[in-house]
Amino acid sequence: MLPSIRGFVSSESNVAPAFGRLVRHPSARWGLGVIALLVLAASIGPFFSSYSCVEQLDIVNLKNAPPSWPHPFGTDQYSRDVLTRVLCGARVSLAVATLAVLLSMTLGTAYGLIAGFVGGRLDNAMMRILDGCLSIPRVLLLIAVLTLWERVPIGGLIVLLGATGWFGVSRLVRAETISAKQLDYVAAARAIGASDTRILWRHLLPNVISPVIVAATLAVGNVIALEAGLSYLGIGARAPTASWGSIFFDGVESGVAFFAGNWWVVLFPGIAIVVTVLAFNVLGDALRDVLDPRQLHLAQPWTDDKK
Amino acid sequence: MRRLFVARLAQSLIVVLIVTTISFFVIRSAPGDPFSYDAPNVTPAIREHWRAQFGYDRPLPEQFARYVTSAAHGQLGYSFQLHEDVSTALAQAIPRTLLLTGVSLGLSFILGLVIGVAQAVRRGRWFDRLSSGVLMLLYSLPDFWGALMVLLVFAYWWPILPAGNIVDQVLHDYMSPWQAFIDRVRHLVLPVASLTLLTMAGISRYQRAAMLEVLPSDFIRTARAKGLPERQIIWRHAFRTALTPMVTMLGLLLPALLGGALFVEKVFSWPGMGWLAANAIAARDYDLVTAIVIVGSIMVVIGNVLADLLHVAIDPRIRE
Repeated sequence: MLPSIRGFVSSESNVAPAFGRLVRHPSARWGLGVIALLVLAASIGPFFSSYSCVEQLDIVNLKNAPPSWPHPFGTDQYSRDVLTRVLCGARVSLAVATLAVLLSMTLGTAYGLIAGFVGGRLDNAMMRILDGCLSIPRVLLLIAVLTLWERVPIGGLIVLLGATGWFGVSRLVRAETISAKQLDYVAAARAIGASDTRILWRHLLPNVISPVIVAATLAVGNVIALEAGLSYLGIGARAPTASWGSIFFDGVESGVAFFAGNWWVVLFPGIAIVVTVLAFNVLGDALRDVLDPRQLHLAQPWTDDKK
Repeated sequence: MRRLFVARLAQSLIVVLIVTTISFFVIRSAPGDPFSYDAPNVTPAIREHWRAQFGYDRPLPEQFARYVTSAAHGQLGYSFQLHEDVSTALAQAIPRTLLLTGVSLGLSFILGLVIGVAQAVRRGRWFDRLSSGVLMLLYSLPDFWGALMVLLVFAYWWPILPAGNIVDQVLHDYMSPWQAFIDRVRHLVLPVASLTLLTMAGISRYQRAAMLEVLPSDFIRTARAKGLPERQIIWRHAFRTALTPMVTMLGLLLPALLGGALFVEKVFSWPGMGWLAANAIAARDYDLVTAIVIVGSIMVVIGNVLADLLHVAIDPRIRE
């Protein structure tokens, strides 16, 4: 089925049939499998640990203990078990990133749809504002806000990450909307008297959603890394909450000549982050293959060379 | 070309104004100000006096009007933390950040483009698969963690390079010019390597995709049919065409590069803008923070304009 023909005859989304193709895609399977394992580890992992997320076990004898059988990932400077904290951190990191991305994708899709659909002067003004937003380095803005407001609760962190993450997506959605609204099925819908709201919801939204899904998957990995970076600076998830980034912060807080002596506090949560981000990136690439047949020949590092 | 340039410049000016407005109001509407630090011997009366002296007691719109007027005159305010003009502090920090990001960006582009082309040419073979896997891994490394690992390996476990700062703090002043130069280079290696590895990964992924899009084109087949050597087809025909989308990528890359540089500067105590920002924010140094956000954005805007012009220069299709 050629994309142009499908776009011509129907306004149905291609998300549902794509799922079947996704589970047959080898690297997508890998990505989905890793993410499923991570979610499982985050939800039930901490129950299997004999320690609690914030328990300080023995601040004299177990301070910065290297990896050993009872503590496979070692302990941090407050004698907390790092493995347990990595498992607990998975909850925070995954939840924060998923919710923030959900928020930013909603904002971005709405903004892009409206700008693309209304067009004209409004579109022009909205795009100039967007240019401004896109020019502010996100990390700098986040650091400024998080530091100046002090002790931002975790909900606030989610809102901030979400509110600064939608600019690129809305550009994408706007471009897709503009090209989709010129297609014949929109004219047909209009001809039978469909309202603007109905056209937006029933006809345009399902057609622009595929790139949003791809962008969202890639953004989850990105936001996990970003949250970890902010927490590493001590302004993301605050102590004693464990997120993957705040575990580093506790590990390196003590100064410059810090972690050569307790590298395990930095290495293990870092590996957790890299595996997670990698899984989301691989899944995002696979989703792009599956959802956007026009780019079938692009950006597939590992698979499908028969075409 | 000239009209395009003028129009683009006018647009950029509006963007900078929007950025200034956003950053000003975001930073000023935060609780506290430069005089709200803890100090028992500073009485509320003294704090109020200082606020009045520096205009922090005025309504926000008036403060904003004043700020924009003086910024337009090139006065970016005074840093209470460094006890010097913001422009002086920035004049020191900006070249350091530009050095770090410039060298990394150049290296990333060279390495990324070459790797991307090599992958596309050997598509599906073991080199492509292996390098794609490695690059995907690098692409997924968070900036600061990648930098921390580089620091751990090459400055602590196998200490062959200095762990931070831009020159040797003790010995640099006593070195001969040649030794001083080597000293600078040695301090540059690890931060640049960290930033380059991460940036390069993204570039080569895009270059590979762009090449794969170009290679099946008719003009490549024509070149093959003419019997041109493969090397010439790849580098003269395909590579140059695939370069066009990469120029757009350059514009999109800049904000991420500045953000990445911030973490790398922090990890390696590289006293550039990112490092300055991290310290200024903690000290609520309003004028300095505002200036850094604005200057960072201006750098991004300038980068975008340059990318646009470069785009016009190399792609005859969009020249009128």
